[in-house]
Amino acid sequence: MVSVTSNPSVAGALEPRGPSQATLRIEPPRRWLELRLGELWLSRELLYFLVWRDVKIRYKQTAIGISWVIIQPLLTMLVATLFFGKLAKLPSQGLPYSVFVFAAIVPWTYFSAALANVTAVMVENQRVITKVYFPRLILPVSAALSGLVDFSIGFAVMLVFTFAHHIRPSWTLLLLPLFLLLAVLTVLGIGLWLSALNALYRDVKYLTPFLLQFWMLASPVYYSSSLVPERYRWVYGLNPMAGVIDGFRWGLTGTGHPPTSSLLASGVIVFLSVLGGLFFFNRMEGSIADRV
Amino acid sequence: MSAIAIQTQGLGKRYRRGALASGLLRDTLARAIRSPWSLLRHSPAPTFWALKDVSLEVSPGEVLGLIGRNGSGKTTLLKVLSRITRPTEGWAEIHGRVGSLLEVGTGFHPELTGRENAYLSGAILGMSKREITRKFDEIVGFAELEQFIDTPVKHYSSGMYVRLAFAVAAHLEPEILLVDEVLAVGDIRFQKKCLGKMGDVARAGRTVILVSHQLNQIRRLCDRTVWVDSGSIRQTGPTAEVVSAYEEAMTAGGAENIRPVDGAAQFLSWKLAGENRAADHILPTEGETCVSFLLRVNQRLHSVHHGIGLYDQDRHLLWGNALDGVTLDLGLHEFRYTIPTLPLRPGVYSWRVALYDAGVRIDDWECVPQMHVVTIPVTHYRDESAGFLNIPSKLDIVPANSAK
Repeated sequence: MVSVTSNPSVAGALEPRGPSQATLRIEPPRRWLELRLGELWLSRELLYFLVWRDVKIRYKQTAIGISWVIIQPLLTMLVATLFFGKLAKLPSQGLPYSVFVFAAIVPWTYFSAALANVTAVMVENQRVITKVYFPRLILPVSAALSGLVDFSIGFAVMLVFTFAHHIRPSWTLLLLPLFLLLAVLTVLGIGLWLSALNALYRDVKYLTPFLLQFWMLASPVYYSSSLVPERYRWVYGLNPMAGVIDGFRWGLTGTGHPPTSSLLASGVIVFLSVLGGLFFFNRMEGSIADRV
Repeated sequence: MSAIAIQTQGLGKRYRRGALASGLLRDTLARAIRSPWSLLRHSPAPTFWALKDVSLEVSPGEVLGLIGRNGSGKTTLLKVLSRITRPTEGWAEIHGRVGSLLEVGTGFHPELTGRENAYLSGAILGMSKREITRKFDEIVGFAELEQFIDTPVKHYSSGMYVRLAFAVAAHLEPEILLVDEVLAVGDIRFQKKCLGKMGDVARAGRTVILVSHQLNQIRRLCDRTVWVDSGSIRQTGPTAEVVSAYEEAMTAGGAENIRPVDGAAQFLSWKLAGENRAADHILPTEGETCVSFLLRVNQRLHSVHHGIGLYDQDRHLLWGNALDGVTLDLGLHEFRYTIPTLPLRPGVYSWRVALYDAGVRIDDWECVPQMHVVTIPVTHYRDESAGFLNIPSKLDIVPANSAK
């Protein structure tokens, strides 16, 4: 590998062979941050392999494999439709309740599974972390991305289900990737904090299920956010999953109004939490290998 | 190419230990509630320096050995240089692509096949997908696993597992390679093959830092050796010089093992005796083992107590025994233990022998050098599931009549 020499016509024939690689300087961590996002890009192949590993293992380990990804949201939808739709008769913005709730279950399932995976990822990979260096940020990012495979399967089922109810989506369907991106960033914004904390304090993982349950009740999964008075809607939008779920419903069915105010609030919150999460994660990165 | 591959200046690493590192958020929060200011103040947490003021220069193409007792800071130094952990003070500069090999099988997953694991582990160690694809056949050939490469690794024997893991790592081609003790795995034939591969790497002009307890390996591979003691460099120089100085200090007992020289009796040395030995301190199989301890008696001893213990690297007592009423005349004695089978997993172990007279110590010796066991592992391929003993087993599953 020493043969990576500079091109003589550029470097000049008289020049001695320069160092083939940039010098790496190892120093104590600085007080604030060095966000090495460029390093993340250089390690994108490793990111791909880690996502690929997660997906492969998940489908190898469960006996029913991929069908689980379909059965789980379908069953949740059926039970919710029975109790919340038929018995409690919750309003569903003029949509069949089953479609209404399914459009929320799919992004929510992604969110809760991905957040739990991201929280656990540093501890699960502790052997690797203590034995080899790579940008640690790759681990939470890979955990957030690997959930997207399950999501796409659920999403396909959701599309079929919506079509079966004779709901023809409009151009708003094209905005779904945007809402999905918002969901991924929400996972990272919260997950970066939780994964670093979980590596340092093992009891954080007991908090996550509670956090998720609490969060689900505060998100319009089973009820419509139109129950929230208009003037408080932006406060509600501080929960980014409210924006994501409303966005999914609107994008998929094209009914109702675009959730502009809550989306704006969500966007700002998510941006701030991702930024804060990156700083925090980077700050903790140094001590994670020592304490995990 | 620059004249220096690795340079460190005043490198230090401090670890925290004790109550603050309890690892529970609950405790930290409880402390914060009890005394909110204590978290903001610089609390005098108990710390220790695993590495202190290490300044070092390694030239390109040099093979540098790192030796020292367990816990002396060798591995910490490698971890700092490979960026697994950050130093607390000082700096290091590395000129060239670094690959580190601190464990065999980093990133392996039992559910994945050999092929999949080769790619995954290669990527984690820093190889590109193209690079792995290019070397794939070579890796499989080196591991001698052609038929099993598409079998999930969980069905591998531990020998196969180790071979594949090492084969991947051995084909890493960085300009600078940091290796920690990984050659102490597998059976003795495969170890030789790995050693040969390491020799090739060294001859190919790559810079290597090698940590090993097996001083013979260091002698064979390294031009220059650094002896690390309590986190600092104790001696640097040509391998032969440093290794003999180290060996001398270890047989003399080292600083932590000071014993009275003119006591009533003193253990002088130990070695493996009998058929089952690869070298004086290397045990190749788990069969009958003969261990002999040499004792010099200066005053006649009447009815004293003799104890013996065998420890693993983490100071677990694996075996101990004692005998009362030992009477010894003046002169040299050999304590010769014959053990029908010593089923130890590959690794480094220490013997400890002692003589006490009515509870008063005559001699208590933590034997040096340590004993290296290089058997073929027949246990679970993952360390955490393998236990302490290397016992061959056979499983039969037969239909049994349930009780009526």
